[in-house]
Amino acid sequence: MEKTINITVKVWRQKGPKAQGNFEEYKLNNITGDTSFLEMLDILNEQLVREHKEPVAFDNDCREGICGMCSLYVNGHPHGPDSLITTCQLHMRTFNDGETITIEPWRSAGFPVIRDLMVDRNAFDKIIQAGGYVSVNTGGIPDANAIPISKIDADEAMDSASCIGCGACVAACKNGSAMLFVSAKVSQLALLPQGRIEAKARAKSMVAKMDELGFGNCTNTRACELECPKGVSISNIARLNREFLKAKFSD
Amino acid sequence: MTKLNASIPQGPLAEKWTYYKSHQKLVNPANKRRLDVIVVGTGLAGASAAASLGEMGFNVLNFCIQDSPRRAHSIAAQGGINAAKNYQNDGDSVYRLFYDTIKGGDYRAREANVYRLAEVSNSIIDQCVAQGVPFAREYGGLLDNRSFGGAQVSRTFYAKGQTGQQLLLGAYSALSRQVHKGSVKLYTRYEMMDLVLVKDEKGVERARGIIARNLVTGKLERFSAHAVVIGTGGYGNAFFLSTNAMNSNGSAAMQCYRKGALFANPAFAQIHPTCIPVHGDFQSKLTLMSESLRNDGRIWVPKKIEDAKALQEGKLKPTQIKEEDRDYYLERRYPAFGNLVPRDVASRAAKERTDAGFGVNNTGLAVFLDFSSAIERLGKDVVAARYGNLFQMYEKITADNPYETPMMIYPAIHYTMGGIWVDYELMTTIPGCFAIGEANFSDHGANRLGASALMQGLADGYFVLPYTIQNYLSDQIQVPRFSVDLPEFEKTEREVEDKIAQLMSIKGSRSVDSFHKALGHIMWDYVGMARTKESLETALTKIKALKAEFWKEVFIPGQSNTLNVELEKALRLADFFDIGYLMALDGLNRNESCGGHFREEYQTPEGEALRDDEHYAYASCWKFSGEDKEPELIKESLEYEFVVRQQRNYKA
Repeated sequence: MEKTINITVKVWRQKGPKAQGNFEEYKLNNITGDTSFLEMLDILNEQLVREHKEPVAFDNDCREGICGMCSLYVNGHPHGPDSLITTCQLHMRTFNDGETITIEPWRSAGFPVIRDLMVDRNAFDKIIQAGGYVSVNTGGIPDANAIPISKIDADEAMDSASCIGCGACVAACKNGSAMLFVSAKVSQLALLPQGRIEAKARAKSMVAKMDELGFGNCTNTRACELECPKGVSISNIARLNREFLKAKFSD
Repeated sequence: MTKLNASIPQGPLAEKWTYYKSHQKLVNPANKRRLDVIVVGTGLAGASAAASLGEMGFNVLNFCIQDSPRRAHSIAAQGGINAAKNYQNDGDSVYRLFYDTIKGGDYRAREANVYRLAEVSNSIIDQCVAQGVPFAREYGGLLDNRSFGGAQVSRTFYAKGQTGQQLLLGAYSALSRQVHKGSVKLYTRYEMMDLVLVKDEKGVERARGIIARNLVTGKLERFSAHAVVIGTGGYGNAFFLSTNAMNSNGSAAMQCYRKGALFANPAFAQIHPTCIPVHGDFQSKLTLMSESLRNDGRIWVPKKIEDAKALQEGKLKPTQIKEEDRDYYLERRYPAFGNLVPRDVASRAAKERTDAGFGVNNTGLAVFLDFSSAIERLGKDVVAARYGNLFQMYEKITADNPYETPMMIYPAIHYTMGGIWVDYELMTTIPGCFAIGEANFSDHGANRLGASALMQGLADGYFVLPYTIQNYLSDQIQVPRFSVDLPEFEKTEREVEDKIAQLMSIKGSRSVDSFHKALGHIMWDYVGMARTKESLETALTKIKALKAEFWKEVFIPGQSNTLNVELEKALRLADFFDIGYLMALDGLNRNESCGGHFREEYQTPEGEALRDDEHYAYASCWKFSGEDKEPELIKESLEYEFVVRQQRNYKA
């Protein structure tokens, strides 16, 4: 028989954005190590439904670490104690028998709670809409190999582009700053010749939108980088600052 | 009887699309502003279509069930996207990509559509590079390619193991730009509940809007438009365990089906050979390991049954089995393509070995995917650069390190080639209702080749629909915007309300998931990798019974007029019963084996799929004839003018 554990989960329950929330405790028995964290919550919800109670609401979709939908603050860490993974990739073998696990939503002014563990991350879409793109229409594009791009730049752009927009960086930051998210997009496009043309305007408009939406400032504590499930580096923030300053000086 | 007209343009294959584009009707810029288009879905097809239509000047309303368009499940595609660029100078061409796709689809796709797909494939790569998609590059600065199953050229463009993510983020950024400009209005956390048809002055029923449920407030809302585009993906979650996202569903397709659109080739579902095996009852999904791994990974099981037994009992480690005791069965059976045979062939070969008792994990339902010879040949660093993120993902899920011990893999349901029937213009049999991407049936026949889903999604959204929809809308420029107070909207909304009220009132004893899992077991056991007349008949009986039980025994907690995840799942599952039924019915009708549809009765002595071109060279299109009534079968004959059908051969 595979080893199983018995656990207690302390889950944040909150009816709606304005409602008062509180922790509730539930006991779960015989959880195997191969169970993913979200499957553990499925088991809890199955239990609650069977008791005719309201299940715990949490965002999830792809369950393979790429859609960025899952967003749980587990034992004080966005996406839990393991590194370089999303909540859906966290497995119960990480936890011990008898452990109490605390589960909270992302807590940040920029991400209001919708219900229980589900938060509203529309602000991230708005920041991208403010300039996180290259202004090209469909069609009439020169051949893809017309502009050679050094492998080093392309690889670095890819590293920045690996951001999944989950918001762990904001949740981890004591200031609730979205700098890692914004800088990853600004960097990706600034590193490529296609995105270079609008680099200044992009840096300014995305930063302005971020400020407008109530995200905090960056004070270089590096919590975002440490908690990022995709290992997006804070060197992106340095590049954003450089792009932003260049843009401001040339005004 | 309905007669199907695929509206294929005249002329030689290579000139059809050009001919179409030069003769289709257009809408002038001033009129575009007066026309509304609803696009449901924000995956590769939906987002690229919404962005392109917005750029052209149409007023677009774009819906998705997730909290952001960027979450659509296209994001999870790993391996790459095909295009006929021939950058590698290895003999590729538009014709060859067309031919490989037709052959890979086991000669059950429409020639003209597939040729157009191959033709526009090159523009997709150009478009994505211009958007800032960071494709992999060579040291010289030019784009890199890799090879994929079913092809003997390297035509697959990729961005690490996250190609779908990067392409979707490209389309998402183009979409975001249009949202900023005001040409696209985005509705996130909204789910389509039904299609609204309105009769025009000539009595023709046209798609004029949708009823959608705001998933946060639970309220039903009405939206009107001059045309509705469905880009909501496939229906693989009928199997419960699949590589699809948890919320992927076939409901929008079924809503169109019940309103008169045809559901084509539902039985054609793809079982992907390289997924992490099932390990327990609580499991919620199966994770795909990219097909690109088969470039360097070698698939094997032990030659000796006693070694397999020892592996299953945990008494032997895979690394302890000597080279000469390993059976690299794909290389043995298919010397020409080896580990790179198409997905359906690789999946069935794995089933054949595990059925014979040679499976390698504790359930006996797994085979090895081994990188030791690649690591020896290329070094660990090169392997890490190519597949590092996939190896990391595998290790996080299984706690095994693929650099040291072979991966264990097993087939799982992945993609559905079937879908809403569309003509050459991607329009369904309902005027004004279009279907794009995986949601339609058009390009992959009975089996899809790797790296072709991304190609088709973006082809439809960027380069096909924006042309063809104009041919329809050019007739609609005189039609003023619709009021959502029309009786048709009122009536459709009431029907949705009633259905929801009925579900909520059941108050039975079982959860939605318990029913979904039961359906999944029926699908996998009786409509899975190998089907028989008996198994499919059993499936039909069992699905009917389970559906009836669901409508008596399901319990949905909470209220309908607020956020209610269980209700969302129940509504989707209600449709999955009917989809599962259609899949089994279609499989039963098709007395042949082709592509992803394998009937055990129809195989060659060597165990390969045996097609019956004389009787089944058609797309089977099912027409709704009432709730719980047998649908009508309509055949679209697939006349091949340019390609000669052959038995697929990947041996030599």
